[in-house]
Amino acid sequence: MARALVTGNHAAGHALALAGEANRISRGCCGGAYPITPQTEIIEFLRGFKFTKGRIVPVESEHSAMGVCIGAALGGARAFTASSSNGLAYMVENIFAAGYYRLPIVMIAVNRTLGPPWNIWVDQGDSLMFRDAAWIQFYADSHQDLVDTILLAFRVAEDKRILLPVLVAMDGFVTSHTQMVVELPEQEQVDKYLPPCEVPHRLRHDHPVTMGGMVWPRETAHHRREIQNSMDQVAVVLDEAIGEFSKVFGRRPTGVLEAEFTEDADTVLIACNTMARTLRRAVQARRDRGERVGMIRAKLFRPFPRQEMLRAIGRARRVGVLDRNHSAGSGGIFWQEIAATLQGRADVILQDYLVGLGGGDVTPEIIDDVIDDLARRDRAAQPIWQEAIA
Amino acid sequence: MTTAMTNNTDGCVESVLRPGNTNCAGCGMSIGFQLLTQALEREPITLVIPACCGIVTAGAFPTSAYGVPTAASTFASSPAFATGLATVAELNGDDHPVVCWAGDGGTYDIGLATLSAAAERNENLIYVCYDNEIYGNTGGQRSSATPEGVATTTSPGGKIEPKKDIMGIMAAHRIPYAATLSVAHRDDFLRKIRTARSTRGFRFLLMLSPCPTGWKSEPDESVELIHVAVASGVFPLYEVFDGSRFRINARPDATPLARYVERQQRYTRSKVDVGVMAEQIKTQWRYLDAMAAAFPA
Repeated sequence: MARALVTGNHAAGHALALAGEANRISRGCCGGAYPITPQTEIIEFLRGFKFTKGRIVPVESEHSAMGVCIGAALGGARAFTASSSNGLAYMVENIFAAGYYRLPIVMIAVNRTLGPPWNIWVDQGDSLMFRDAAWIQFYADSHQDLVDTILLAFRVAEDKRILLPVLVAMDGFVTSHTQMVVELPEQEQVDKYLPPCEVPHRLRHDHPVTMGGMVWPRETAHHRREIQNSMDQVAVVLDEAIGEFSKVFGRRPTGVLEAEFTEDADTVLIACNTMARTLRRAVQARRDRGERVGMIRAKLFRPFPRQEMLRAIGRARRVGVLDRNHSAGSGGIFWQEIAATLQGRADVILQDYLVGLGGGDVTPEIIDDVIDDLARRDRAAQPIWQEAIA
Repeated sequence: MTTAMTNNTDGCVESVLRPGNTNCAGCGMSIGFQLLTQALEREPITLVIPACCGIVTAGAFPTSAYGVPTAASTFASSPAFATGLATVAELNGDDHPVVCWAGDGGTYDIGLATLSAAAERNENLIYVCYDNEIYGNTGGQRSSATPEGVATTTSPGGKIEPKKDIMGIMAAHRIPYAATLSVAHRDDFLRKIRTARSTRGFRFLLMLSPCPTGWKSEPDESVELIHVAVASGVFPLYEVFDGSRFRINARPDATPLARYVERQQRYTRSKVDVGVMAEQIKTQWRYLDAMAAAFPA
């Protein structure tokens, strides 16, 4: 394993390429490539990689990038792509198709604000847009976490109990374009970690089937329920995948979430991606001052880990959610999930904070203001905009 | 979601589209699939069918009228899905063709960018457009394949704009093979499918597909209508090789255009001017003749 100073995009491209190459012993790999800031370097990396048995197709749109992935996975290959922002929006129809077809495709979403007006900076509104698609979603907080999660993603997606596509999100620019030292895996390690990709329902001449034809309501409901059953097994499968990962790579990546200082906390803050790293620093400072503040880094968003989240929140009576996204007419999307998780818990003050929208810097000072605001509240208000805090 | 079916023990395909499908009587697609099966001598193929009558044809789960592995793609995506499938087939030494079978809506309209891109990349695919000149599955709305003057539910007074020249567009991609198909000219149809089969790269086939439901014509006249479409010059039968060499396969005879128009209420309802239509057909043929003379195959 080589320690290297690389960008988030480079790290993601490296992990995808090695995963694709690892499937040379089976039906190979294939994906679509279409540029959009800030993920472009990922597809450049993939186009430049010399696959033994694979092809990255330079398509004309994100819609087709996912279309090629679907065709490739229906052919039994390991399939992957990357996109951002409006590219993900353009892709949505085929994103839903990939999930409903139950294809183990892996996609990197480099989070970027949806436009217009145009803004290339980070905001999770793009990938959270398809929270209702049959996709597993992870949010990575560092370059290492990104590499490790991409490899976990293939293991989980291709597991027979799951067979669902996986999205791995990172922050645009903050992660994609900055460099960190990463333990970059070697091909032989990835070969060892990832079993050959098998899509049991791939199209084959010796068993001709029609994939995606007409169905009645009863079959549709059954199909959705089967997807939910698989979603319900993700946490277990993920745990196994982490166990195997640690045997091969000698480290244990985070699974569904990370909780710090929550055991005795009366106040808990929740955030994802790099915001969670800043949050950790702010919370550490509070702890140093003797305050009973804890934090949760949300990593697995779909399926939403309600039980794990409830356990992590523990006995805290004040919960603040930092949302770098905005669901118009409602509020933050993570907040909605936490609210559903805490249903019936009248003893908890749950407050949403809309911070860093459109890539605004979320500094430790802003988080300090959030913690102070939360401490002053005797009940929750509507989601609070960053400019109204402090 | 899959539909299990039996397979012939000899590994050949009984029929691409089997009896028991839901197609209307007189549907051109039904005839087209039979000719496709014959031309390919029951070779196994993989079908990719976007949203169109062609996917309804299969019937509802758990049955399917398709005798070959088939993927229903999203409306605009059949060439993208097929690119993935054909790529993986090639990576694994599977030489059987991947065939997109799409209507005019999926070809001329919503899927045009995807189609253009797959053609530009010269993907190893056969693309068949069964063109009934309307959105048939949704009840007969205009598409950019609808001819000028034709009444549809969204052009009730007759379409104002001329039909898009999709063959010209596809030939402009310099693809190895583009040809038009008539279900009334069996030998020509079979030969063209075989030419497509033995050619590598992107192959585009345009089939005028009679649609009694949408054309408001008699089902038992479907084949005759296509025969008249070719004989009167409405639908030229020709091939374009590498986008630069033209071959005309059948010339119009003296068959009057009225014999095509009068049997379809989509034309008679809007009181289409047959004289104007005849002039447009002459122009179309002048262009085609000039191309075939200047750039013969």
